[in-house]
Amino acid sequence: MHMSDGLINAPTSVIFGGVAVIGVAVALVGARRDLDDRTAPMAGLVAAFVFATQMINFPILPGVSGHLLGGALAAILAGPWVGALCVSIVLVVQALVFADGGLTALGANITNMAVIGTAAGFLVALALRRFATRGRAGLAAVAFVAALANTVIASLGFVLEFAIGGDAAFSLGGVAGTMIGLHVLIGIGEGLITALTVTAVASARPDLVYLLRGTAKPLELRDSAAATEGSTS
Amino acid sequence: MRKKSWIFFAGFALVALVIAGALSYFADSDPDGLDSATLDGCQVVHTDQGQQLTGSCIARNAKDHGMADSPLAGYAVGGNPRFTGAAGVVGVLATAVLAGGLFWLLRTRKRSRT
Repeated sequence: MHMSDGLINAPTSVIFGGVAVIGVAVALVGARRDLDDRTAPMAGLVAAFVFATQMINFPILPGVSGHLLGGALAAILAGPWVGALCVSIVLVVQALVFADGGLTALGANITNMAVIGTAAGFLVALALRRFATRGRAGLAAVAFVAALANTVIASLGFVLEFAIGGDAAFSLGGVAGTMIGLHVLIGIGEGLITALTVTAVASARPDLVYLLRGTAKPLELRDSAAATEGSTS
Repeated sequence: MRKKSWIFFAGFALVALVIAGALSYFADSDPDGLDSATLDGCQVVHTDQGQQLTGSCIARNAKDHGMADSPLAGYAVGGNPRFTGAAGVVGVLATAVLAGGLFWLLRTRKRSRT
C-alpha cells in the first residue's frame, strides 16, 4: 500500500507529514512503558519480521497482489505504541534504502499504515480481548479480525488523502470502491498471516504477546513481587 | 536474560531471514491493491526504456523515486532481481538493528527503578 510521490499534492503531503510526526512522537512517549530488557529485543525482531513479511506479495485477483501491512500483528505482539514504531521504521527503511514508497509520500504512508492501521487493528483486538484469552482458536480469530480491520481502515487513509489532495479528474467514489474492495481481499491474507504468527508466538512464549499480558501465569517478576507485597502487608 | 529467550529470539530472527532471503523469490510481482487502484484506466506497456503507461489513470501523476538509484532499489542488488534474497536479508538486518537499537534505548530499566 506504499504510494509513490506525486499521487497527492504538496500541501496534502505536508499535512500528512505533520500527522505522521505527531503520531510517531506520541508513540515514542507511549512505547517507553512497554519496553524493558525482555520486550525490547522482541520488539526489534517484530519490526524485522514485518519487513520480511511485507516482501511477500500474495495474489488476490488475476493481476492484483497484496502484502501484509503488519500494524495489527505488531500491536498484538508488542503493544500499540511500539507496534506503530515498528511499522514506521519498516516504512523508513523501505523508502530510503529500497525506493519503495515515495519520499514526499512517506508521511502519508506512515499515517496510513503505521498510525491509522495500527490503531484500528489494536482497538479491534482490545475490544475482542476476552475472546483472545480463551485459547488458541480465540486468539487466532481475534488476530484475524483485527488484521482485516487494520488493512481496510488503512486503505481508507489513502482515500482520505486522495480526497483532500488528489487529482480531481478522477472519481473519488471509484477510487474508494476499488481501494476498499481490493483491501478486503488483502485483509483476508493479512488476517491469516497475523493469526498464524500470533498463535505461533503465543504457543512458544505467551508472555511475549502484549494482548495476553496479565492473563497468563504471573511470569513477570514485577507482578509476582507486587502480588507478594499485597498479600503480606 | 534467560537462556530460553535467546533461543526463541534466534528462532524468530531465523524465520524473518528465511522469509526475506528465500520465500521472497516466490512473491507475486503483480501490482498491489493501491497500485492497481491508481493504474485503473491505464495499460502498462513494456518498452526498452522500461514500463510506460498509456491511457488515463492516477498513476500517471506518479514521479520517479528519489532513491531510484539506490543500490538496493526495488529489492534488487544493482537492479538485478536475482539477488532479491540478499537485498531482503540486508533489509531484515537493517530493520532489526535500527528498531532493536531504538527500543533498547527507550526501554525502562527495571533494576534502576526499584
